[in-house]
Amino acid sequence: MSFLQKPKVSHPGLPRNELGLTVRDYEGGMSTLCAGCGHDSITAALIQAVFELSIPPHRMAKLSGIGCSSKTPAYFASASHGFNSVHGRMPSVATGANAANGELVYIGLSGDGDTLSIGLGQFCHAIRRNLNMLYLLENNGVYGLTKGQFSASADVGSKAKKGEVNQQPPIDPCLLALSIGCTFVARSFSGDKAHLVPLLKAGMRHRGFALVDVISPCVTFNDHEGSTKSYQFTRKNAQVVTYADYVPPATEIRSEQAAGTVQSVTLHDGSRVLLRKVGADYDATDRTGAFDYVSRHQAKGEIVTGLLFIDEGKPDMHQVQSLPDQPLNAVPYGKLNPGQKALDAIQARFR
Amino acid sequence: MQPTDITDPQYFHKVVDCQWGCPAHTDVPGYIRLIAQGRFTDAYMLNRQANVFPGILGRVCDRPCEPACRRGRVEDKPVAICRLKRVAADNRDDVAALLPKPVQQKNGKRVALVGAGPASLTVANDLLPLGYEVVIYEALDVPGGLMRSNIPSFRLPVEVLDEEIGMIVGMGADLRLGTPVPSMKALLAEGYDAVFVGSGAPRGKNLKLAGRDAASANIHIGIAWLESVAFGHIDRIGEKVLIIGVGNTAMDCCRTSLRLGAKSVKVMARKPRQFFKASPWELEDAEAETVEIVVNHAPKSFVVENGKLVGMLFEKMEYQFDERGRITSEKVVGEILFPCDDVVLAIGQENAFPWIERDIGIEFDKWEVPVVDPVTYQGTRPGVFFGGDAAFGPKNIIWAVEHGHQAAISIHSYCQSRDLHERPPYGMNLTTSKMGTHEWAFSNAYDPVERRLVPHVSLKERFAKLDLEVELGFGPEQFVKEVERCLNCDIQTVFTAKLCIECDACVDICPTRCLTITDNGEETGLRQRLSAPAANLEQALYVSAELPQTRRVMVKDEDLCIHCSLCAERCPTGAWDMQKFTLKVPYAAAAADADLAPARTGT
Ligand SMILES: Cc1cc2nc3c(=O)[nH]c(=O)nc-3n(C[C@H](O)[C@H](O)[C@H](O)COP(=O)(O)OP(=O)(O)OC[C@H]3O[C@@H](n4cnc5c(N)ncnc54)[C@H](O)[C@@H]3O)c2cc1C
Ligand SMILES: Cc1ncc(C[n+]2csc(CCOP(=O)(O)OP(=O)(O)O)c2C)c(N)n1
Ligand code: SF4
Ligand code: SF4
Ligand code: SF4
Ligand SMILES: [Mg+2]
Repeated sequence: MSFLQKPKVSHPGLPRNELGLTVRDYEGGMSTLCAGCGHDSITAALIQAVFELSIPPHRMAKLSGIGCSSKTPAYFASASHGFNSVHGRMPSVATGANAANGELVYIGLSGDGDTLSIGLGQFCHAIRRNLNMLYLLENNGVYGLTKGQFSASADVGSKAKKGEVNQQPPIDPCLLALSIGCTFVARSFSGDKAHLVPLLKAGMRHRGFALVDVISPCVTFNDHEGSTKSYQFTRKNAQVVTYADYVPPATEIRSEQAAGTVQSVTLHDGSRVLLRKVGADYDATDRTGAFDYVSRHQAKGEIVTGLLFIDEGKPDMHQVQSLPDQPLNAVPYGKLNPGQKALDAIQARFR
Repeated sequence: MQPTDITDPQYFHKVVDCQWGCPAHTDVPGYIRLIAQGRFTDAYMLNRQANVFPGILGRVCDRPCEPACRRGRVEDKPVAICRLKRVAADNRDDVAALLPKPVQQKNGKRVALVGAGPASLTVANDLLPLGYEVVIYEALDVPGGLMRSNIPSFRLPVEVLDEEIGMIVGMGADLRLGTPVPSMKALLAEGYDAVFVGSGAPRGKNLKLAGRDAASANIHIGIAWLESVAFGHIDRIGEKVLIIGVGNTAMDCCRTSLRLGAKSVKVMARKPRQFFKASPWELEDAEAETVEIVVNHAPKSFVVENGKLVGMLFEKMEYQFDERGRITSEKVVGEILFPCDDVVLAIGQENAFPWIERDIGIEFDKWEVPVVDPVTYQGTRPGVFFGGDAAFGPKNIIWAVEHGHQAAISIHSYCQSRDLHERPPYGMNLTTSKMGTHEWAFSNAYDPVERRLVPHVSLKERFAKLDLEVELGFGPEQFVKEVERCLNCDIQTVFTAKLCIECDACVDICPTRCLTITDNGEETGLRQRLSAPAANLEQALYVSAELPQTRRVMVKDEDLCIHCSLCAERCPTGAWDMQKFTLKVPYAAAAADADLAPARTGT
């Protein structure tokens, strides 16, 4: 960590977004993570993404559990809502918040420990509910905050810093999500912002649960020889299956984006995700195909990255549960609390 | 692009914008840090090494460093570099013990210097410690050149001049005052080993318009008039004064007039303000003293009644500009009379060498300026050197000093029969500033404080005496803040490619978007695809060797780096380090030893 605050002075030529803000207006407090942590790069990518989408900071909610990764809400968008909850419980808090106010952009920030160990159940049920949120899994294969124990995403054979070799099979969050109906599944790498930023943007604009699993090396406990989540290993073994381009609503598609093997998926707000496919004829709308592709490559030790699957047609929690569109804080008090008589009438229906 | 060669001292030198901008390469950030530490004497001596006259220059330097200062690119106002120099001079202790003592064991070489202006004095300063016998011939009864005869004492007090000139003369110069050199031929005949001409550009330009001769009693040539004022030969002027010209001389003339009894002073300019030669601060000071600046008026004639000057006729001008602000056409749109009692002409200076014979191998060009080698400062006759205003026409003190340093190197080489074009090399030192994980040997935090203003004597009091210094200089209230504005551009970001794991931490943290990891390519393209486009072509790109993991390169745009150290603090591997750069500027003494330590770079 650094003691200095990042000075306010900035490049005079910084571009401004539709709201007149610069990327620096989306920054947060100074990171206290280890220098070189992948999580900090993800934060920078996130800042870039929300800046580019021109999201008003006060219309965003950042939610997290516990872990180095879960400290992220403190490091960006100081002017947004934030909730640093308990370990593995962020999905519940997100569910409650989303039910009360469906208008905000929800960004969940979690780690592989927070998500795949203590919070696995919560994670799965949020997916099943198709909770409308971006769920960012900052995946480093260890419990960083508690000094580097293997997490549930550690690969068999991956070596800990002190030499211990992991024996337990990993949970692959993307395969898990595909298997339980997740409507947006992507994987990326903290060291490749050009790949990551469009995925984050598309994930925020997707209506439903958008999982972005980001390999995010822990420089302190998991960036050595023998680790399968190091910068070096990830760079060697990542296999990009799709590059995503996010195209805002009513924007013309540039010719190079329209070329050849491009798959276009239209999101509910009219924006589009263009998927440039690398090599294989990959179909990101085919759930079983995606599952098959990812597992086959995983067996070869490859880390498949890109937008792996998207289904824009499924209703999200609000629609399924017929929740009011209006945020509860905007519902008139009389309607929100109709009084004892109304409650009695409701209860009478169940007698 | 090829990886940047940081073993070349000039690469990092250029990053220190002020030092690069200073003709004498003063170690500005170095002395500013010393002031911050309260080490005024050390700050003074560090200055003196490069610019020889810190007390003088801390008041009247032309300050080319300030427009160059990085702070002026990051915010709008540069660091008050010049005023901080004066802080060092005002607060220092006695430095006598730190100055070279007269050398007892002379080296047997005799050098004659013509004129005792800053150029000659610098040559003396550099050669005396090497054992030269230095004879300075000065026509006037006092040394200092234009610094004494023309720069008014309300800007530069006589005591400051006396003290700093005294330091040089005290090293054992043979200063012969009131001794003009009437003939170069005769001087050469005296058998000096080398001659340095530092006689300045002494002739003020005249304005030959109708009425000039009839009114000559009340028309003064600026630099001669200022000299007469300085030496007490003139002590009054009429109530209404017109100054013709918009350079720094004009500013001194108008302010001096106010101190000699003028009630209304107008500076008459032919062109609009953006074409003025005077430094902005000189204009500000003049206007603060109620001098009126009248633009777009071209002098037409002097109006004389009964043999006395009563006014001047001007043509009113109108100009057309192109999109780059240059004048494309002009037209006269009227005529107007400005009544006045006196006119001071401040329209420029010229070189004049009536005392140099034209048949002794010293060539002059068609403007009567001597032909001088811009590297060695030697004229066309071996052993005769030129510097200061005498060399390439009127410049300023700091240039005169730099010419003096260079000429001293040449004279020394010449006296040892070495090739003058083989200049002693620049050197450098780089040492890490790291003290702990996030501790640096300098104040790296960016302080957003605005440029401090120098207190002035109030308008009421300042005209009481001609030699009352107007600027009071920074006191502690100002300078403790001003020093924090310096961005420590000499603490360099030094990169070691093989250590980088491409985690992006440095790229992400940099507040001014200096850093990018990208595929290499040619410069124009590269400049476009950085974290922020590198539009300032005067500032270099620092390109690394290939990075180990992806074969991309780290590129740093030097333009807006505020030297905050955050890149180095956030780097997990120490690939970025902050290293103190010290430029080793060669002086005549270095040419003597030719033993400059070889350049040392970081990890
Ligand atoms: C009005 C005015 C204001 C200025 N203000 C500033 C300022 O604020 N800041 C700044 O940096 N610069 C200023 N300058 C410019 C600066 O003063 C000169 O550039 C500088 O002094 C040049 O130094 P020099 O050593 O070349 O010559 P000079 O300072 O001109 O000295 C030459 C000396 O040689 C002597 N000399 C000439 N011929 C002979 C001879 N044949 N024999 C013996 N002696 C001789 C002269 O008497 C003189 O003393 C100003 C100039 C003027 C005219
Ligand atoms: C209920 C509870 N159990 C255990 C812990 C201890 N704990 C803190 S963080 C953490 C693991 C975090 O791992 P991960 O989510 O991968 O985050 P990282 O630090 O690796 O980013 C654990 C087990 C806790 N804070 N609360
Ligand atoms: S900020 Fe300081 S070191 Fe940098 S150019 Fe300005 S004065 Fe020089
Ligand atoms: S010191 Fe480093 S982080 Fe700071 S401005 Fe310069 S390049 Fe950027
Ligand atoms: S922080 Fe260090 S290791 Fe990371 S990219 Fe920058 S220089 Fe390389
Ligand atoms: Mg983890």
